[in-house]
Amino acid sequence: MKITLLDYGAGNVPSVERALQRLGAESQRAATPECIAGAEALLLPGVGHFETLMRALDDRKLRAPLVDAIGRGVPFLGICLGLQALYFASDEAPELTGLQLLPGRVRSLPPVVKLPHMGWNRLLVKQKSLLLDGVDANAFFYFAHTYAAIDQGEETMAACSHGIEFVAVLEKENMCAVQFHPEKSGEAGAQVLRNFLRLCA
Amino acid sequence: MSLARRIIPCLDIDGDRVVKGVNFVGLRDAGDPAKLAARYNAEGADELVALDIAASRDQRPTFLETIRRVAAELAIPLTAGGGIRTVEDARSVLRAGADKITLNTAAVARPELISETSLEFGVQAVVLAIDAKRAGDQWVVMVRGGREPANRDAIAWAKEGVALGAGEILVTSMDRDGTKSGFDTALTAAISSAVSVPVIASGGAKLPAHFAEIFTAGRADAALAASIFHDSIQPIRELKEFLAARGIPVRLPC
Repeated sequence: MKITLLDYGAGNVPSVERALQRLGAESQRAATPECIAGAEALLLPGVGHFETLMRALDDRKLRAPLVDAIGRGVPFLGICLGLQALYFASDEAPELTGLQLLPGRVRSLPPVVKLPHMGWNRLLVKQKSLLLDGVDANAFFYFAHTYAAIDQGEETMAACSHGIEFVAVLEKENMCAVQFHPEKSGEAGAQVLRNFLRLCA
Repeated sequence: MSLARRIIPCLDIDGDRVVKGVNFVGLRDAGDPAKLAARYNAEGADELVALDIAASRDQRPTFLETIRRVAAELAIPLTAGGGIRTVEDARSVLRAGADKITLNTAAVARPELISETSLEFGVQAVVLAIDAKRAGDQWVVMVRGGREPANRDAIAWAKEGVALGAGEILVTSMDRDGTKSGFDTALTAAISSAVSVPVIASGGAKLPAHFAEIFTAGRADAALAASIFHDSIQPIRELKEFLAARGIPVRLPC
């Protein structure tokens, strides 16, 4: 099983690659519709601006093959912006649409706390999660974001709180995503990636 | 439940070695960057900062190679800077494996560099580093490795930097740096109260009590130190246990 990493020019692709390597997983970078259409498992890493990500996906004509692949049941993991992209739209770039695989908008965390939400925080586990299997309930994960999915749904496995509660881990059949950076979250993050690899196998 | 206060070891890098000095002068060798990075990653550091203190054009490829070697050892975030003057400089540091960049002298000379880099890489990737020195009842910004004064007030500059798109402020007290007499609590608290983004305090750390003070009275979100960690004077785990016992939220690795 090879993990296909969407490399759209921005993002934290090298860190994710290294994290997968450490776990003994094979990965390849992809930036064409064909590569996505043929992928066995997909990972969408992301840091930065919602607009940069959505425009990059559209410019490279990756939006439709990505939505198709997730619809066909190809295991998918979105990281940070890769989680936010699954929603209808984001207030960070209101004129653009997200992948629209989940209802609701991505909104800014409230300015009653320091933003960006930058650093290590704990999760509020809502449901039994495959991604969090074997992860200590008090584990910390590394977050670096200002926008978040505030509306929780039945796919919300865990939330986090910074000014307001937001979606930190979601799972809906083959579609998984996390708002934190597992590739930067030490051993707890490695366990999340290991669990995703198990889902792919 | 709340966001953990971060402990950040800093690697001052000259080419392919970590160096250290007092008040930015008198540098001496302090080890191999990748080895130190691996140690801090294992010991529970929350993040690492690597600064190119040579920041000369001809040394740049060596520094980038060092960043690559350091990043390969880490499962925690890496911030790198020193000598970043353009969006392309920033890109090469991020592509080498850093998650964030620091901007300092070049941003003072041309503040638009902050907005250019944060538009390109996101505000979470841009840390404005401010070297501040007390002058009467205020603090002035120092540039060029703390050697020259810039005609700017440190607090006003921090606010302007955030308005331009800096996602974090790294404030170093030039008065305390290398003295081991404790962080500059007044300076850090003044900056932290003035801006909406997280603030990393730097300069003067030695004792666990210094860290406790900067996280409470100093209102810091993170605290950075170099030599006390390099020389194993202060083990990170012990420091975090000290802070946790005082009710300061920290990440204690299992």
